[in-house]
Amino acid sequence: MAPVLEVSGLSTVFHTRRGLVRAVQDVSFSVNAGETLAIVGESGCGKTITALSLMRLIPQPPGEIASGSVKVDGVDLLQLDEASMRKMRGSKIAMIFQEPMTALNPLITVGKQIAEMVTLHDGASRQVARDRAIEMLHLVRIPEPARRAREYPHQMSGGMRQRAMIAMALACKPKVLVADEPTTALDVTIQAQILDLIGDLQREFGTAVVLITHDLGVVAETAQRVVVMYAGRKVEEASVEDLFANPLHPYPRGLLASIPRVGSARGLDVSPDERLQEISGMVPALNNLPQGCAFAPRCSQADAKCHAQVPPFELKQHDHFAACWQA
Amino acid sequence: MTMEQTPLVEVTALRKFFPIKKGLLRRTIGNVRAVDGVSFSINAGETLGLVGESGCGKSTVGRVVLRLIEPSAGSIKIKGADITGLKRQDLRPLRRQMQIVFQDPFSSLNPRIRVGDIVGEPLKVHNVGDKKDRADRVAQLFQRVGLRPDQMNNYPHQFSGGQRQRVSIARALALDPGFIVADEPVSALDVSIQAQVINLLMDLQRERQLSYLFISHNLAVVEHISHRVAVMYLGRIVEYADKTSLFAKPLHPYTEALLAAVPLPDPSLKRTKHRVEGDVPSPINPPSGCHFHPRCPYAEPRCKVEAPVLRDVAPGRQVACHLR
Repeated sequence: MAPVLEVSGLSTVFHTRRGLVRAVQDVSFSVNAGETLAIVGESGCGKTITALSLMRLIPQPPGEIASGSVKVDGVDLLQLDEASMRKMRGSKIAMIFQEPMTALNPLITVGKQIAEMVTLHDGASRQVARDRAIEMLHLVRIPEPARRAREYPHQMSGGMRQRAMIAMALACKPKVLVADEPTTALDVTIQAQILDLIGDLQREFGTAVVLITHDLGVVAETAQRVVVMYAGRKVEEASVEDLFANPLHPYPRGLLASIPRVGSARGLDVSPDERLQEISGMVPALNNLPQGCAFAPRCSQADAKCHAQVPPFELKQHDHFAACWQA
Repeated sequence: MTMEQTPLVEVTALRKFFPIKKGLLRRTIGNVRAVDGVSFSINAGETLGLVGESGCGKSTVGRVVLRLIEPSAGSIKIKGADITGLKRQDLRPLRRQMQIVFQDPFSSLNPRIRVGDIVGEPLKVHNVGDKKDRADRVAQLFQRVGLRPDQMNNYPHQFSGGQRQRVSIARALALDPGFIVADEPVSALDVSIQAQVINLLMDLQRERQLSYLFISHNLAVVEHISHRVAVMYLGRIVEYADKTSLFAKPLHPYTEALLAAVPLPDPSLKRTKHRVEGDVPSPINPPSGCHFHPRCPYAEPRCKVEAPVLRDVAPGRQVACHLR
């Protein structure tokens, strides 16, 4: 089966007064229908810029997708003109954002916003589009969807707004859903509801999901494959089981060791005197990257080679890739 | 743990209602019952974790305990002395003993003031030493929280989020307080930086016998740092227990639901699918009886009418539920 989404060699840069910022460098991955690929990393690692590049929503200037291709069902989105791209957004590839309050239009009722998608892409009549909007709200488990469709975003809770945004994104049954931190702004009980919902709809429609997150717990529960990014580059890629059981790159290894876990319930000893493992230092500035491996200044295993040359991203074990001279 | 008789902080039946005013005459038409009868105590050198979802009143508790906002009812005792009715000028010397670290290290530091002055300001306000002593003390504090003393002349924007949080911690430590309210101190930080700040807070506690009221929505962080934990829902504490028993066997259905909802960073664990439905109701018009009953999978008719009181179920363990 050919993957639905194929990204290869994607590089996105920003021309700023402080010089060229290489936000995303040579990122490749592919996602099959019904599969979830998680892109994890900390702020500034390039995960959101990757997501926006897939949608071609990078503001130009100052941004620029410098090279690479983004193929959905074999069509390279980066080669399309703006009018054709607009047709793809929503119908083939859709996105949901972290903060649904800023992503929804506050002056238009939720039902109208969803119906607009359907009218634009499917050329449906107003009546059909409205019915479809209500059907979508029902599908994302909003109670009383006909009444809720007439409400404005501010009348809904955060969880409900996120459901409405999912309804809008999936209204035209896109092949690919890009979800950028979809539950980060939500409380933990609501987060669980939304993740379940995305999973159920994905199974129903066979959507390929690219999940952008910083939360390793969310990754473990929802993704099949994981890409770890650091300072604009991929540092590791593997199945979710392999990555959590056997992280090869020192950065994901350090991340996994540094998170406190809800442990007592599983019989783990969590004594209050146990120190968390730290990753010393901090993320480098993207306009001033170190010469070799970007992680080398924070890495305990780094040697002269690490500080001099960028390690290639290569196959290290069966279906398990990493960019590290030491792995 | 110390065996002191009086706890460092003791809060009894604390209430904070925010009136909702409407119309030309600004008549009060209702109240947001942000904190509705909360009691707890914290011993010297101990961390009480306060968890709950947004809007449950946990941050309001933190501010009321320090009297940054005034309580509507209830009492707050620091080292056995009631501070609830103290006038501002009488409260001021006591402020040396209690400090706060906020969530957002961007908005809690004045962008126009050098960080050295930010950390030194509490010393100045309380007339500690002369200029030279104060500068030495700030340099020491910088070193202790992992910043370089030569960074004292920089402005907040020259620091990363994690470093700014270290500045906030240094400011809170300046007067050598016994009690610090930490309101979501690591929530705005990246995972790798979170661990650094949590370790720092715990090291400082061991060195100085600090007491923390650690407010967070992150259960894993609370479990790691706390000795005891209070779970809040819509202005009330629903469960209060030592860390180990709470996380091993939550008694309140809400605590149970919270724990079940936390995604675990281990793909080999199959997740348990008992989800609570619905949203957190509004604290303006909370549900009758037990506030959690509309979302509770075990709710019985009496839960709708009768509010459960927080009662002892085991030594040091309290729960507010009719069914447990």
